[in-house]
Amino acid sequence: MSTVRVVVNGETHEWDGPLSVDDLLGRLDLDRRGLAVALNGEVVPRSTWADRDVADGDHVEILTIAQGG
Amino acid sequence: MADDHAEDHAAADPLVIAGEKFGSRLIMGTGGAPNLEELERALVASGTELTTVALRRVDPSAPGSLFEVLERTGIRPLPNTAGCFTARDAVRTAKLGREALGTDWVKLEVIADERTLLPDPVELLDAADQLVDDGFVVLAYTNDDPVLARRLADAGVAAVMPLGAPIGSGMGIRNPYNLAMILEEATVPVILDAGVGTASDAAKAMELGCDAVLLASAVTRARDPIAMATAMRHAVVAGRLARGAGRIPRRLYAEASTSFDGLADL
Repeated sequence: MSTVRVVVNGETHEWDGPLSVDDLLGRLDLDRRGLAVALNGEVVPRSTWADRDVADGDHVEILTIAQGG
Repeated sequence: MADDHAEDHAAADPLVIAGEKFGSRLIMGTGGAPNLEELERALVASGTELTTVALRRVDPSAPGSLFEVLERTGIRPLPNTAGCFTARDAVRTAKLGREALGTDWVKLEVIADERTLLPDPVELLDAADQLVDDGFVVLAYTNDDPVLARRLADAGVAAVMPLGAPIGSGMGIRNPYNLAMILEEATVPVILDAGVGTASDAAKAMELGCDAVLLASAVTRARDPIAMATAMRHAVVAGRLARGAGRIPRRLYAEASTSFDGLADL
């Protein structure tokens, strides 16, 4: 089993791989409602979260709705 | 009740954007409220059926959930691209909003700098083109520039949203003549967005012929946000009714409303 080092919202995490986007959200214990994910600057559609692997060195942004506008 | 009559009138005269109907012509943003409880009460008092939300990094330690406020109130969220300075970032943020909320509606906002928060016309039009091509229903926050509004409508946006004055400035409608030019040739709904300071600004926008008013700070930063939200709700209905009723022409001198016939000889 390999270790995957991922930068999530600017903070570095290390997890045992392999790791999908959906696994990553689970390890962070996040409520998935109202979330959006970008992997290395590219938006990952919700429908592909379970299939999309996060690789060592990836940068992930996890966004949610906030007050504004 | 007179008030019920006004509300009935609003329901019979819905705002239509991209074929979807809204009973309220007031769109309230969620920005600027001190906390979610106060925001929720103000949103409900405003009567809005559509509310803008931003996208920011998730913070699991943040108190409360805006998502739950929207669920409880049933108010439809309109994700925005606030904070974006380039077409590239705005397009990506719009796509994130689509994933977060499962809507292809977006309030497109591409600003030029932090001091003025004025839209950058070049980046805005570029982003609008890309998002329309990608199937988004784009409500474009724009300058009070009739030519830019025309170019955005030509690009296929669902609504143009000219500013009355810079975001959060509370300066009202600084250029009603430009707004009149935008309204005269509008082929899509025109929503006054930004600059509203108080209820008379919102009523004025509707009297000038705007289809709706979008505001946030005027309510959320008022001393009493719930009272101001209520004021805005009434102002938008009043302005719409006044527009439809047809104002009397302005004249320099008086025109008596009481006849001089039959006046006593004293």
